[in-house]
Amino acid sequence: MITVNGKTRDHADGLDLPAVLGEAGVELGARGIAVAINGTVVPRARWVERAVADGDAIEIVKVLQGG
Amino acid sequence: MASGAEVVTVSIRRVDMGGGAEGILDLVRDRAWLLPNTAGCATVKDAVLTAQLAREALDTSWIKLELIGDRETLYPDVEQLVAAAAQLVDDGFTVLPYCTDDPIVCRRLADVGCAAVMPLGAPIGTGLGILNPYNIEMICARSTVPVILDAGVGTASDAALAMELGCDAVLLNTAVSKSTDPVRMAAAMGHAVAGGRLARLAGRIPKRLRAEASSPELGLIGG
Repeated sequence: MITVNGKTRDHADGLDLPAVLGEAGVELGARGIAVAINGTVVPRARWVERAVADGDAIEIVKVLQGG
Repeated sequence: MASGAEVVTVSIRRVDMGGGAEGILDLVRDRAWLLPNTAGCATVKDAVLTAQLAREALDTSWIKLELIGDRETLYPDVEQLVAAAAQLVDDGFTVLPYCTDDPIVCRRLADVGCAAVMPLGAPIGTGLGILNPYNIEMICARSTVPVILDAGVGTASDAALAMELGCDAVLLNTAVSKSTDPVRMAAAMGHAVAGGRLARLAGRIPKRLRAEASSPELGLIGG
C-alpha cells in the first residue's frame, strides 16, 4: 500500500512517481506543483527517476488563491 | 491589481482540492511578487513541509508563516510559531510570520531571524479592524524589522490607521474579496495605504481634550 494525498492505494512492482502523478492528473511539465515523499520534497528534476516503494506516503500539492 | 499591491499571497493545497494551479499563476505571476503561505497548518512539521513544498512549486524562498492554534479562532500558536520560524530561517527561508499583536512575541520572532513581523489587527476574516491600536503602535515603535498588519482589516480606514500607526505595509484579503465591489474596494485600499503612510510621515497633531480655535481670536466684528 502507498498513501497519496492521504488516501491509500495498492502498490505495484515497478511503480514510479511519474505514474502516480499521471493518475493524479499532473503532467510532468505542470507549473506550480510540488511533491514530497515521506516528508521530504522531491525536486522536480528528480521526478522522472524516482521510484515509489511500498509504504511510501506521497503529497502532491499545487498553488491556489488565499491570503 | 486595482489596489496597487506588489505582493500577492497564495496557498498550497493537495491537487485533489478544486481549482487549477495555472489559473492563479497566469493571473498574477508577471504582475506581482507571489508570497506562498502555510495557511491552515497547525503543527511545526506541517508548516515546515508546506514551506518547503511552496519553495519547490514557486521557486521562492519567501514564506508567509501561519501556524494556527485552533480552527475556531485561527489564532497563532505563538510557541510553535517561533520554533517553526527558527527552523525555516536555518533552512534559508525569508520568513514573514503571522503573529499576535504582542510586542514580546514580535521581538522573539525578529530575534530568531524573521525578515518582518505580521501582527493581527483582529482575527482572520472578522473585518473588526485594529482592536488594539496601542499594541500595534508599540510593536512598530520597537521593532527592528518591518511590521506588516495582517488580518482584521474590514474597510479602507482600517488600512489607513495601520499605516498611521507606523506599519510598513498591510496584508489583506477578505475585506476586498468579499466586498460587494471588490475592484472598487481594492482601489480604496490602495488609496488608504498611501494616505495613511503620508499622514504618518507628515506627523499627526497631538490629541487635546479641549477645543482650540484655528481662526484668529482677535479682530472679531461686534467686539
